[in-house]
Amino acid sequence: MTVLDREVVSVPPAVERELLLELRQLVVDYEVPGKRVRAVDHIDLQIHAGEIFGLAGESGCGKSTTGNAILQILREPARVSSGEIRFRGENLLDKSREELRHYRWRNVSMVFQSAMNALNPVLRIGDQFVDMMRAHERISKKRSLVRAGSLLEMVGIDPSRVRSYPHELSGGMRQRVIIAMALALSPELVILDEPTTALDVVVQREILQQFEALKRELDFAVLFITHDLSLLVEFADRIGIMYAGEIVETAAARDLFAEAKHPYTQGLLSSFPPLTGPLVRMTGIPGMPPDLGDPPSGCRFHPRCPHCIPSGGALYSRQLAEKPVLKQVTTGHFVACHLVEPAQ
Amino acid sequence: MNTALDVQHLTKHFSAGGARLFARGAKKLHAVDDVSFTLRPGTITALVGESGSGKSTVARMLARLYDPTSGAVLYEGADATKATRRKEILRYRSQVQMIFQDPFGSLNPVKTIAHHIERPLKIHGIVPPGAVTDRVHELLSTVGLVPPDKYAAKYPHELSGGQRQRVAIARALAVEPSVILADEPTSMLDVSIRIGILNLMLALKEERDLAFLYVTHDLASARYVADEMLVMYAGQIVEQGPMEQVLQNPLHPYTRLLLSAVPDPRAGARLEVAPVRRSQYGAVDPVAGCRFVERCPLAISICSERTPELVEARRTQSARCHVTAPGPDV
Repeated sequence: MTVLDREVVSVPPAVERELLLELRQLVVDYEVPGKRVRAVDHIDLQIHAGEIFGLAGESGCGKSTTGNAILQILREPARVSSGEIRFRGENLLDKSREELRHYRWRNVSMVFQSAMNALNPVLRIGDQFVDMMRAHERISKKRSLVRAGSLLEMVGIDPSRVRSYPHELSGGMRQRVIIAMALALSPELVILDEPTTALDVVVQREILQQFEALKRELDFAVLFITHDLSLLVEFADRIGIMYAGEIVETAAARDLFAEAKHPYTQGLLSSFPPLTGPLVRMTGIPGMPPDLGDPPSGCRFHPRCPHCIPSGGALYSRQLAEKPVLKQVTTGHFVACHLVEPAQ
Repeated sequence: MNTALDVQHLTKHFSAGGARLFARGAKKLHAVDDVSFTLRPGTITALVGESGSGKSTVARMLARLYDPTSGAVLYEGADATKATRRKEILRYRSQVQMIFQDPFGSLNPVKTIAHHIERPLKIHGIVPPGAVTDRVHELLSTVGLVPPDKYAAKYPHELSGGQRQRVAIARALAVEPSVILADEPTSMLDVSIRIGILNLMLALKEERDLAFLYVTHDLASARYVADEMLVMYAGQIVEQGPMEQVLQNPLHPYTRLLLSAVPDPRAGARLEVAPVRRSQYGAVDPVAGCRFVERCPLAISICSERTPELVEARRTQSARCHVTAPGPDV
């Protein structure tokens, strides 16, 4: 494990570093005749160089769509309807196809959820690296194979595996191959979309530890998309919680865990049972995420919110009618909820 | 104490390639090796281990989806794996039901929910034909799909993953089983939905006195629902005992590794898991010695020479380890 053995260079805290990616009022719609589903609804998000930003929420909350929009790989019927995606200050929506082709993998790469399906089953691992590298660089086949070998070694796989086919590798190894591929062109931002969901806990931890070590060495930023908030609390620097296409809370990972303000975040946090400490019967979050083709009025979480009750008077009518906006409650901690008053 | 299923020395070998079929010297994968445990009414037993440890193979043998290479599954005193008469097999199948991991693949997309739950009722003749619809509604209510008439008319694609898994549970309950084998029933569901399925399992255990085998790799959820724990590694049970006792004081180094791998923000600082390169999976043509030896931080010389036995090192808690649970002659 070459990377783990080397001296770790300390990297200054993320918030002081330059802004890498910025989403401004981003809107993504899925449009089919007679219906429009707004999967991402006016979200703002900032990722700084070298930072791990976690994006969490239930299935269908728009988190993967956000990731796909950042990589500009949305397909019909999905499209960015308005807003900006700025990478190092430049709006990607103004770029040509050719410019975007250079941007993908070189500036931003992505590790997809199921590594089983992300690799071509009839090509050797090495050839898939060669294809990818030669699409982006003038490099000989021989040299790219050598580089593929050293990339595999970096993620703890024997370099001779460049000659293997995907089915000859275990699920964890395939996921490592995908990570090695995502890092091949030294991107500044790596998007992880549920990278370990299909793996068991030990392999998950091995891969995440290795990934963390690589991040310390290569100093890229990470957007980590998952429904498993317990993983993010441990792994991310900052976390954003998405619900029904909107970001409802963002904070430093520690603060989010210790002082979650949004009832949805609190529900997510109380959805995974503890391994240590006292055991109580938990409730999770009642109900289901809403249909984004017809989202609830006012606060989108109100039908599932334990604090939204008809006897609530003025608060109740506000929850039903008025959409809460993100307000800063303490430094770096933003919440969109009528229960929370902004810090004065 | 009552016993619902008594599993004795269950073993399953698969041919693992490397040679032509029927050729001498074909490699054998010891997917399950000499596994013994009991399932009791009103008890949830967790079977945990990593992918490929053999835990699903155990569940499938109990459901009679695989025939064991050797060993027995005693149900009401008779070995269910040897049953050949249709009546006996039907009876066993109705008493031991399985819930699968993938709720998207286990329901027929062109049939309504009602159809899925009616079928076992009719096949096993559980209720008279006139009472089928009422029973379907009753079962849907039991698993929390209310109003039941609305859900009965739906098709699988109209339901979320969690709701489909509830349908699968209702279908299993239809035949009034005494044992439910749940093979990773929550691993494909959102974290926020999982707790609901786990709570349903707890309620069924208490209200219907069911015996559950909960197959999972998620230790935190196992702790939440289970009373007993079995830890499998490379086809063998390496540790077993009461859930809390094993978690508080794990004996086997593999159990300790599993524990340290679970994301648990409440736990604070944790040990780093040492990544390992697995040269050869321990269960293919195993040689003498402990199958965990290559990954084990505690290994001593005897570990690669003799296969450890499952030894009761503490009251009610056993482990298969020369170091932490040494046998009398070590």
